[in-house]
Amino acid sequence: MIKAILIFNNHGKPQLSKFYQPYSEDTQQQIIRETFHLVSKRDENVCNFLEGGLLIGGSDNKLIYRHYATLYFVFCVDSSESELGILDLIQVFVETLDKCFENVCELDLIFHVDKVHNILAEMVMGGMVLETNMNEIVTQIDAQNKLEKSETFIFQSPRQDR
Amino acid sequence: MWGFLPIGKQAISSAAGTSGVSSSKSKEAEIKRINKELANIRSKFKGDKALDGYSKKKYVCKLLFIFLLGHDIDFGHMEAVNLLSSNRYTEKQIGYLFISVLVNSNSELIRLINNAIKNDLASRNPTFMGLALHCIASVGSREMAEAFAGEIPKVLVAGYVDTMDSVKQSAALCLLRLYRTSPDLVPMGDWTSRVVHLLNDQHLGVVTAATSLITTLAQKNPEEFKTSVSLAVSRLSRIVTSASTDLQDYTYYFVPAPWLSVKLLRLLQCYPPPDPAVRGRLTECLETILNKAQEPPKSKKVQHSNAKNAVLFEAISLIIHHDSEPNLLVRACNQLGQFLQHRETNLRYLALESMCTLASSEFSHEAVKTHIETVINALKTERDVSVRQRAVDLLYAMCDRSNAPQIVAEMLSYLETADYSIREEIVLKVAILAEKYAVDYTWYVDTILNLIRIAGDYVSEEVWYRVIQIVINRDDVQGYAAKTVFEALQAPACHENLVKVGGYILGEFGNLIAGDPRSSPLIQFHLLHSKFHLCSVPTRALLLSTYIKFVNLFPEVKPTIQDVLRSDSQLRNADVELQQRAVEYLRLSTVASTDILATVLEEMPPFPERESSILAKLKKKKGPSTVTDLEDTKRDRSVDVNGGPEPAPASTSAVSTPSPSADLLGLGAAPPAPTGPPPSSSGSGLLVDVFSDSASVVAPLAPGSEDNFARFVCKNNGVLFENQLLQIGLKSEFRQNLGRMFIFYGNKTSTQFLNFTPTLICSDDLQPNILGFITKPVDPTVEGGAQVQQVVNIECVSDFTEAPVLNIQFRYGGTFQNVSVQLPITLNKFFQPTEMASQDFFQRWKQLSNPQQEVQNIFKAKHPMDTEVTKAKIIGFGSALLEEVDPNPANFVGAGIIHTKTTQIGCLLRLEPNLQAQMYRLTLRTSKEAVSQRLCELLSAQF
Repeated sequence: MIKAILIFNNHGKPQLSKFYQPYSEDTQQQIIRETFHLVSKRDENVCNFLEGGLLIGGSDNKLIYRHYATLYFVFCVDSSESELGILDLIQVFVETLDKCFENVCELDLIFHVDKVHNILAEMVMGGMVLETNMNEIVTQIDAQNKLEKSETFIFQSPRQDR
Repeated sequence: MWGFLPIGKQAISSAAGTSGVSSSKSKEAEIKRINKELANIRSKFKGDKALDGYSKKKYVCKLLFIFLLGHDIDFGHMEAVNLLSSNRYTEKQIGYLFISVLVNSNSELIRLINNAIKNDLASRNPTFMGLALHCIASVGSREMAEAFAGEIPKVLVAGYVDTMDSVKQSAALCLLRLYRTSPDLVPMGDWTSRVVHLLNDQHLGVVTAATSLITTLAQKNPEEFKTSVSLAVSRLSRIVTSASTDLQDYTYYFVPAPWLSVKLLRLLQCYPPPDPAVRGRLTECLETILNKAQEPPKSKKVQHSNAKNAVLFEAISLIIHHDSEPNLLVRACNQLGQFLQHRETNLRYLALESMCTLASSEFSHEAVKTHIETVINALKTERDVSVRQRAVDLLYAMCDRSNAPQIVAEMLSYLETADYSIREEIVLKVAILAEKYAVDYTWYVDTILNLIRIAGDYVSEEVWYRVIQIVINRDDVQGYAAKTVFEALQAPACHENLVKVGGYILGEFGNLIAGDPRSSPLIQFHLLHSKFHLCSVPTRALLLSTYIKFVNLFPEVKPTIQDVLRSDSQLRNADVELQQRAVEYLRLSTVASTDILATVLEEMPPFPERESSILAKLKKKKGPSTVTDLEDTKRDRSVDVNGGPEPAPASTSAVSTPSPSADLLGLGAAPPAPTGPPPSSSGSGLLVDVFSDSASVVAPLAPGSEDNFARFVCKNNGVLFENQLLQIGLKSEFRQNLGRMFIFYGNKTSTQFLNFTPTLICSDDLQPNILGFITKPVDPTVEGGAQVQQVVNIECVSDFTEAPVLNIQFRYGGTFQNVSVQLPITLNKFFQPTEMASQDFFQRWKQLSNPQQEVQNIFKAKHPMDTEVTKAKIIGFGSALLEEVDPNPANFVGAGIIHTKTTQIGCLLRLEPNLQAQMYRLTLRTSKEAVSQRLCELLSAQF
């Protein structure tokens, strides 16, 4: 199962964290720091897997990550997940973000924290892969956007009249 | 394509108003900015003006981001809960998001949240149901499992959701999550067979989710889900043999449904090879997957090869798991062999990893061995330490008698340049292989001495203890060992571990090489003593023991050694241990006759054969699954306790000898014994301490635990005990006469706790009245900084006074720790509040007017007399707080029922504060005297 999904930039500033196991707030921050420490010191072009940090569960766990320009996408998983499968899942996640935000950039993740969480929720649920079909995910997100827009239209316009 | 350039979106940032949060320069500026922002949001939430949907969303998003940066968010929860019940999607969604990220164990809120979820689940609106299911899966707490574990299976297999694939998908994974947290609350039933049939569902997303669910359930209930095997095989076969276009959207870079294939192959790994009919079809599938790997790639994109190989690796895992088709195993091995030289680092990594498991199969062990040169080459040339680590693992796994010398030599030479992070592990592996496959023990001795030379700092005690055990047990290498250590010690700089081994071996067997004038007794002694001043105290202590052994072996050096012992730097050494040894050894050498000396200082007897303590160490380091040589972990632990010889040669024989100086020696010969208990571990006397390792002695209650205990009378959660090493936290819940207590043990140090054993002790008086049992033992090893959890189930049979004791024993570093605390399970925990009107109350009050039924206590207030605090305490105590019952409004009145298995006892209480005198009068009336008495005691202590 996936234990946590972390996104942070090259300076270790977290941009998104989603934990699928209960950890205290302090531990969450420590895990982010430890993971950044482990991942950031690695060269480019080495393999995308490494043994997990102690906090997230030690040697039965792997960190599977990709580094895109200024951002690290890290999935902390246990041994029941396929490494290459997760690597592709990260790719699907990023491609989906790119579709939904049209050329996604770091700031999109900060200012649309809710959207990013929603996209992630369409892909991963309770630490398991929910949907891998990008078209299906994007359709769901579009439907949500439409729903939001229609609500803004119905509810907000009359309020402005008042 | 992946720009991630923050330029050009600045406009959005100022519009959203969080620019300061993300671009704060310094930490202080950030904190200042955030506090300002938090204050702003708080005032908005508290303000009179109702916020519109957009603003609510904006502020909640800001809170999420601030939380992400690591700041506590202590408000907004109520606003989020209110958003849940909105009918507008936007608001509901943001509410759920907040709850999912910032879960709070606040049970009041959980109830409200559960209520909202219940409504949404029943709404039949797929969007709302989806949000609710996501929230359950995110929080996944026990409370939620209690509320919904029965409900979700219905959603999953209900007829009316036939059209809503997304709901089915979510329900399957939601159920899986609840099963993980609380398997006992998910009842198996009719739904299981219908879930299995979801493997035939048209929607591949549903099949993927269902496969995940079934895989987890099948691990615990294999019988129940046996039928899934044939369904999974036929589904897999349809995917594998389909043209890649058949599955349309689920074709990923020309690979048909790779995730589903991986999941199905994982599911099949829960079961042994299937019946012949199904088996034929499965073998076909696996062969097809292996064949496809040889086809030219349909795309040059890395995603294509990743997806294809993800399936391939999973297929290979299944082949290895079944371990029954030699043909497939050899093909798998050849395939992995190709990957070993692939240009993709990821594939090389995975190939090394898979081959490790393949090496333990008898069918493919030989095939794996043919790749030895490639693996050795990987060790030398890989740039990535993770990959080199896998190569070391594989070499270890493929090692047998035929290639041991080569592999050990390669590992040793790699050790010279190995990364610091994996050196200790390599040292352990080399030591184990050298011992396991040694035909010629001189080779073994050479190897270990080389280890110490190359990586002395990483040679742990276990390793050098072991070499000494082996040398002492094998007559044929003793002479060789003495000669070799003597030569090794001649190096101008040698590692302290070598001095230890050398000192020990020469002390025992120096006589075997004393005939050679180049290694005469005096030369041996001077060689050792030349290192003495550079060594740490434990090593010097060991060397002093070696010297006294020399006195016995070589009478001619006795004066020289006596001079050394007599010198001020020994006799007046600041270290007590060294001083004592010097004094006692000097005395021993002067008063004892040759016979007595010979008896006291005779050669060490052979060690009993036992499992290598090094293997135990490696297992601990890597976890039992990764060490191929699986053995009983229990034995493993006991080895740790008495593994390795004591570093002082004199001790064993000395203690058992009835010599006049024996007791003297007995004191002196206690080196920093690794098994000794610390003097502070318990106050129950020396004799007890000596035997406390047998885990039968319970420490007296830890100081301060009484106070902590009292604090838990009116609350259920908090920290029960804390010292420098250990923290014990509690979370408990009680209902009727039952209770459940979650105990969290936190290791505050950075070192492992070993043999960690908590036990629950109910005294004889308590036993019949309260039943408590630990549901499952905790792992005996608690990693540094880790927290482990344990659940205690409690049943109250009848009323009781004492509290059960929790005793925790573990080893920290070399010392034994023993902690006892009272578990705050008190009678009032089984209270159910009862609301009643004034009239009823006084009527019942009068009914309980027997003198035995009433207990009264008048006492001085220990805490400030605050009305609100008092109210909270009475409610926390468990009884209902009855307002407007007592004619005097300053008084507090409460009522409740104590539930035990045998009876229910109604209780009434009245607390009358006297502010002027700073006194209270507490009156309790119940139908049972002992209950009145106990409740009065417990509650009196609270004010």
